[in-house]
Amino acid sequence: MTASLLTVEDLGTSGIQRILDLADHMAEVNRRPNPKVPALRGKTVCNVFFEDSTRTRLSFETAAKRLSADTMTFAVGQSSVNKGESLRDTIETIAAMGVDAFVVRHGSSGAPLLVDGWTTASVINAGDGWHAHPTQALLDAYTIRVALNRTAGFDGLRVAIVGDIKHSRVARSTATALTMLGADVTLVAPRTLLPPVIDLPSTEALDDLIGDIDVLYLLRMQQERMGEALVPSLREYTMRFGLTADRAARLAPHALVMHPGPMNRGVEITVDPAELPGAVITQQVTNGIAVRMAVLFDLLGGERSSMSDEKATT
Amino acid sequence: MSNLNTGDTSGILITGGRLLDETGERSGDVRVIDGRIAEVGDGLAAQNDDEVIDASACVVSPGFVDLHTHLREPGKEEAETIETGSRAAALGGFTAVVAMPNTDPTQDCVEVVDFVRQQAARAGLCEVLPAAAITVGRNGTQLAPFAELAAIGVRIFTDDGSGVQDPLLMRRAFEYSLGLGITLAQHCEVARLTEGAVMHEGECCSRLGVPGWPSLAEELMVHRDIELVRLTGARAHFLHLSTAGSVELVRRAKADGLPVTAEATPHHISLNDELLAGYDATFKVNPPLRTRADVDAVRAGLADGTIDAIATDHAPHARETKEQPLDQAPPGMLGLETSLGVSIAHLDMPLADIVAALSWKPAAIAGVADRHGRPIQVGEPANLTVFDPDHEWEVVPARLASKSRNTPFVGTPLRGKVRHTIFDGTVVVRDGGATR
Repeated sequence: MTASLLTVEDLGTSGIQRILDLADHMAEVNRRPNPKVPALRGKTVCNVFFEDSTRTRLSFETAAKRLSADTMTFAVGQSSVNKGESLRDTIETIAAMGVDAFVVRHGSSGAPLLVDGWTTASVINAGDGWHAHPTQALLDAYTIRVALNRTAGFDGLRVAIVGDIKHSRVARSTATALTMLGADVTLVAPRTLLPPVIDLPSTEALDDLIGDIDVLYLLRMQQERMGEALVPSLREYTMRFGLTADRAARLAPHALVMHPGPMNRGVEITVDPAELPGAVITQQVTNGIAVRMAVLFDLLGGERSSMSDEKATT
Repeated sequence: MSNLNTGDTSGILITGGRLLDETGERSGDVRVIDGRIAEVGDGLAAQNDDEVIDASACVVSPGFVDLHTHLREPGKEEAETIETGSRAAALGGFTAVVAMPNTDPTQDCVEVVDFVRQQAARAGLCEVLPAAAITVGRNGTQLAPFAELAAIGVRIFTDDGSGVQDPLLMRRAFEYSLGLGITLAQHCEVARLTEGAVMHEGECCSRLGVPGWPSLAEELMVHRDIELVRLTGARAHFLHLSTAGSVELVRRAKADGLPVTAEATPHHISLNDELLAGYDATFKVNPPLRTRADVDAVRAGLADGTIDAIATDHAPHARETKEQPLDQAPPGMLGLETSLGVSIAHLDMPLADIVAALSWKPAAIAGVADRHGRPIQVGEPANLTVFDPDHEWEVVPARLASKSRNTPFVGTPLRGKVRHTIFDGTVVVRDGGATR
């Protein structure tokens, strides 16, 4: 079985550090005038997206292309899934075409784990249900590492993750990865937006800790959850948990503000992030390319692979 | 094999077994002639055409009765048919099974009940007792014709697969059932609390990122129905209890003298929610696998008699439906062929009590105590199971008689195996294999 990336737990702390170190090299490639290396030439990466996600799909596609891999994209809208084909048949059919890695996004928690059992190709979890989004967690960790110059680890780093933890694969993976790297993560949400059982400290009082944190991580509050009696209204959510101008003024000068996107302006954030010195939301997107390149190279790069400049090897 | 399936009057001689029934345990041989027990005693000699069954090292008991089987026919014949399900039942030692009404069309009228009985008679492997729905189409809005169905012998009514949500309708159902000699069996689940749920609400579901199934959803309805029984005096049976709280509610109701009975499944006395960590839908079931503490409480409920019967909730599903992600796959697992083996392996109870929970106690609840679960005595109907209580084995899915393969017990050591089953005076399972 080829290696896969399904959860950050699978990587372990040393595996996370390895990817982050590798991402430094990839970031260097990305700064070149011609940001492309032949590292994965001849490899085929198939993006299999059963759930809409333009940004994650584009990020993976760009990452694969910068490593010279061939890419295919399978989006559910134009697929035979609509003709009743099962997930297993879909995967086995594409695998039969010769694929080295599947990048899988699925609305069902656990789907990439099932896919991993049906193919010998590598499987990269690009987000499954409420369960996991390991490359998001890695790019979040990488962004903190670069922005706060924390190459050795996150010991003592105080992080607050705010919002709909319960339905968030980002919260699950990012909280886990940051904790593995040594950070002290606090979950901030009303009880309705937390999973039934949590193993991290939590609070409903954002205002009690906002002045004492190094990283404020805001989650997307989804309009479509309003039918489930989780919070009375978005207005009340903003009042208790939104990053307002008052709260922004209380942040420590060095504190980072992060968001996995897409942002609901006026809900979880009412200030313009462009005016916040600590906002690294755009850097998260940029770093996503380097981190996904690192993940692809880590899984698919063999001895023949090279990180050197394209021209040097051709 | 020559005298099988012919219904002639040649006999069966079961030799050297331990006879275990409601009256106790003793050794002895049993002769069956013409569908009935003709002779019980030591050293019975085989007569000319007698089919001899060697029961040494085995227990001979009344046939098992399953209060909770999904045979899938009519409607989902790709998963199971009445014939394949009956064969699985016979191999599990069952001589009667209650067939749940969540078929398509629903077993809510005389025509569908008749069809199920005809198919069962054609298979001739065990008695199939169709349960009927409490509400038409299991829609939860209009009562099914209880009296019309009771008149053709239906004794158990249930909307199994879901609970009757409307408390007013359930009150009326209990009231209207009075005097008809029937029992209403509830699948206890307040649906509003389990929307989208795929597994027990707790630590494991939080980690896996899937919607949880709170124990409360079951316990609220158990509590409601106990109070409705107190109010109306009607009889209620609680299907597949899975939580410690449910067991305690039924324990107290029985202490109050209320006419309630309950069942538990083999999987709820042996498996817990941690098995879902790999997102394998084989372990998705309704009600869900709970915590170790719940498993212990259900076992204790069986041991002290709070829970009357072991019932399989045998729920076959075709491979392609169970291979889906956890939230899309249907709930349910096989149970008929492994029920005895799981029960003996996982229950710290005297064997006689386990057999009681598999045979005469469910026979009474199903309303068939006149022909199943009977003492092994001269003149009684010959519905018998011969099993080796000490045989250790593992289930091999490909060898199951069920049309489906969704057993959760692969790799689980089982103890106790059915060797022979005699249904209505005919050997339908011999040496662990079905004869028809």
